[in-house]
Formats: sequence, structure tokens, C-alpha cells
Amino acid sequence: MTRVLTTRFDLKGQACDLDVYLGSGGYQALEKTLKEFTPERVIDEVKKSVLRGRGGAGFPTGLKWSFVPKESKRPKYVVCNADESEPGTGKDRDLMRYDPHLLLEGMAITAYALNGAPNNYIYIRGEYWYIKEILERAIAQANERGYLGKNILGSGFECNIYVHPGAGAYICGEETALLESLEGKRGHPRLKPPFPAVVGLYGGPTVVNNVETLMAVPWIILNGGEAYKALGTEKSGGTKLFTVSGNVARPGNYEVPMGYPMSKLIFEDCGGIPEGRKLKAVIPGGSSVPIITADEADRCNLDYESVAAIGSMLGSGGVIVLDERADIFESTRNLTHFYHHESCGWCTPCREGTRWLENVFDRMHRYEGKPGDIELLYDLADKILGKSFCPLGDAAAMPVQSAIDKFRPDFERRIKHNLVQIQAAD
Amino acid sequence: MYSEANEKKIDELLTHYPVKRSAVLPALFVAQEEHGYVTDEDVEYLAQRLDMRVNEVEEVVTFYSMYSRRPVGRYKLQVCRTLSCMLNGAQQITEHLCKRLNVDVGATTQDGKFTIQEVECLGYCDLAPVLQVNFDYHEQVTPDRVDEIVGNLA
Repeated sequence: MTRVLTTRFDLKGQACDLDVYLGSGGYQALEKTLKEFTPERVIDEVKKSVLRGRGGAGFPTGLKWSFVPKESKRPKYVVCNADESEPGTGKDRDLMRYDPHLLLEGMAITAYALNGAPNNYIYIRGEYWYIKEILERAIAQANERGYLGKNILGSGFECNIYVHPGAGAYICGEETALLESLEGKRGHPRLKPPFPAVVGLYGGPTVVNNVETLMAVPWIILNGGEAYKALGTEKSGGTKLFTVSGNVARPGNYEVPMGYPMSKLIFEDCGGIPEGRKLKAVIPGGSSVPIITADEADRCNLDYESVAAIGSMLGSGGVIVLDERADIFESTRNLTHFYHHESCGWCTPCREGTRWLENVFDRMHRYEGKPGDIELLYDLADKILGKSFCPLGDAAAMPVQSAIDKFRPDFERRIKHNLVQIQAAD
Repeated sequence: MYSEANEKKIDELLTHYPVKRSAVLPALFVAQEEHGYVTDEDVEYLAQRLDMRVNEVEEVVTFYSMYSRRPVGRYKLQVCRTLSCMLNGAQQITEHLCKRLNVDVGATTQDGKFTIQEVECLGYCDLAPVLQVNFDYHEQVTPDRVDEIVGNLA
């Protein structure tokens, strides 16, 4: 199986050193880009690769880059979204700590594709402080040896990269909230349009890409967009890193081609569920996406279209596995608490809606649910869905509705009236 | 205001951005390193240093969960409570810590050493349950392992 992102994982961090990185083919793609490619050709190759944003939204990367105007009075920026905060997801963590130079190389090539972006940022969640330090050491080394900085490899091309820490706010993974935060403000999302590609950081045209997205770029330059696409499916090119967590024997990060069967990932690569227990449910793409049943998981492939076809989303690739012991009411309550805590407070549907969802969940948790509470949860979610300022509201609402749709008995038990009847029947 | 090394850190931060205000998030970490939490003086000093109004610094401090405006223990014991950690026994870890240190979630031990916090997803879902002590991650922790970690800090 071809590996694009994890080729240096076996080195367990040695590739943080520039010489080890160079010794395993590092910075060849940047050199090739500067010598042989025009910015247009870089964008063309990435378009051909069908690389899509790996942070969760899945927007075609080449297309995103092509929205950036060629000439701009204000400086252009490449911003790497390393805020990885989607529950279930820990892939960017390993990508950065095992292969930091690959990210820097991907960013430099992206800056070149934009026809020049001299100063660029990696926005990393503050909790990943040790990874921030790994990146800063890698940047210092690359600057010293001419792979980053004012005059890269004697070409005259300039690309500086700075690492900026977040400070504990899920919302800053949303690209416009991230830009606000980078400008030293609260992480409130901005109204779109204008999109960051036109008006972004400090008002300049800005590309915001996830870590994994940027790290696929060097391979695409070296091997061609078509070759990358051929690794995956027609509409979902390449490979993807999935974080598998929850009730599995061997949780971890796994790079597989797009279109890989979900059951193979869970039952073969991850060793299935411990102690022979049965699969109950899977949250396939990070906590924000609709939950699916064991049957649905069994016939689902891991690419954007296949997961969408069963009514969920590939998202960030955070696969959370829940076995037969799991109570889907409690797992959904846990996530509702998360979204309430992380709602930035900017818009009413999300700020108030997530609070009310949690209130109802809490009384049902105490087996004090009232008749009609399940419908109330559903209705509250409905009043957030599509009505909030940014996608955080949708992310809070979708798990609730899908959990009720698919695992209603777990909710029914929480209604006091029902419990009395159940006890009476016993 | 700060140690020479930390003042230099802030000077260096200012070279990263076209506007001073952008340095406020990293500068607040410097303040916290100095005082353990963000003091009133920190807020005023950074406002002046970064050409911001006091309330602009204050609203940033209160928005982000990694800053504290009140004293906290020397060691923040942060247990992730989100789904993958929950499925792998995070609740048990928190209860064990509370019992061992005889203090509730959110509170600090009398000697000012430890504060127990329940935090949201730390990005270690595949290595759950996770405990973060200040900036150090401890993955796949058990009650026994937690005893060892806390014991080493005592």
C-alpha cells in the first residue's frame, strides 16, 4: 500500500532532524517546484490530484487556492490550521511530531503557488506546546540551511513560517475564527463572504489549510496529481489518515487509501473490539458528524461520497468506535456538553440552543425526563441546524438527531414515565 | 515587569507579526509562566506593551480556557472528559485523583500544589484516557499510573 503521509512515522521522530529528512527525500519537491514549476502548474497538479481539505469540510484544495487573486496590494498568507480539536481526532499531532519538515515543505510550496506569500503561520492548539517547540526547531534549522527564509535555495523566493499557539478554544478550528484569534482577538467567526481567499488575515488574501492537506502536497509535486488521485477513488483522491479510538483493540492513526472499507479498518487493522464484544455504532468523521449503526458501518467505505451516501460525513477522519456496552444517550450527552462548553457565544441559536440541549440531557440522565423530552431534543436541534452563524451549531445538532433516529431505545429509557412502566412490568 | 529572558521572548514575538496585538495569545502564556496565572498587572502591562486597551486584553483572557485570572495549583492535573476518553475510563481517573488529593474538580489542594480540572478533548483520543499535567501529556493512564505521576510531583 502506498504511503504518502506516514513514510517517516517508523523513524519515531528522528525525521525532525533536517539531515534525516533530507536523507529520506525531503525538500526535493520544493526544489523541483522552484526549478521547474510555475505557480499555475502547482495549482493545476493539485487540482488534478482531487486533494480535498482534510480538516473536515472536504473542500477541493486546488480550487481553494485558485480563488486567491494573483496580484494583491496587501500581502498574501498561507495559514496552516493545526488547531486539531475535533473530538476523535489526533492525526495532525502525529504528522507534526514525526515529520515536521514535511509540513514546512508543503507550506512553502503552497506559498509559491499563490505567487508569493512571504510570511506564513502555523496556528497550533496551545495544548500541543511540545509540538510547537518541535516545529520551531525545525523552522530554525530550515532557515539556517536555506530551505526557508529570504532566498530559498538561491531562487530569490521568500517564505518565512511562524508558529502561533491557540489557547484552548475549539471554535478556532473554524477558519475565520482562527484568523480572528491570530489577529489577537476572541475567536468569533467572521461573516462569509468575503472568503479568506479574498479578504483573510490582516485583510490580505489567505489560504487556510489543514496540516494533513498541506503535507500531501510534496508527494503530489514529485509524483503528479494523476498518480495521487489514482491512489484513491474517482472523486476522493489519494490516501487519508484516520484516527481510530473508542472500543477497539489497537487504537491509533492509520493511513489508508480513500475508499478503504470501514469494517476492514476496524476489524483487521485495529484488531476489532476487545473480548469479542459486538459493534454497536460508529461516529465516522469526528464528533460532529451523524452517528451510524453497525450495519451501516459494515457496508461503508471510507471516502467522502460513500460516507455521505449512508447519511454521515467523512469529516476529519476521527473514527470513534462504540461497542455493545455503550449507551448512545450517554455518549451523545457527553458530546452535547462539549459543544455547549465550546460554543463561542456569538449567535443565539448556538449559544442558547446548546445550553438547552444540555439541560434536557441532564434531567434525562437523572431518569427525570418528561414525556415529550425526546421530541424536545429533536426540535431544539432542529432550531440550531442551519440557523447558526457558523458550522459549530450544526456540529452540535447533527449528532443529537442522528442518535435519536438510530438509537431511540437508549433515549426512551430515560423518560421517567417509561421507567415507571418498565419497573412495573418487571 | 518580567524576567529578562521573558521580556526578550515578548520582543521576539513582536517580530512575527505586522501588528502588535497578534502577540497577545503567546504573550499571555509568558505572563502565566511568570505568575502562575494572569494578574491585573499582567493585563495592564500587556495592554500597554501591545497597544491594546485593557478591556481588549481582558476579553481575550476570559475567552480562552487555557488562561486563568485566579491563582491555580503549581500543577494543573487536567483529565480529558470527552467521548473517547470517557469510553476508556476518564471518569474513574478523575474520581481517583479527587479521592487521593482530597479535593473536588476545579479546586486546589491546601498546599497550593495541585488543581484538578476536567477539560475537553486534548487530541489524544487514540491514546485514551489522557491526563495532561501543565503541558506534559500522560497517555493511557490507569489509577496506578496516576498515583505514580502524582507521587513523583509531591
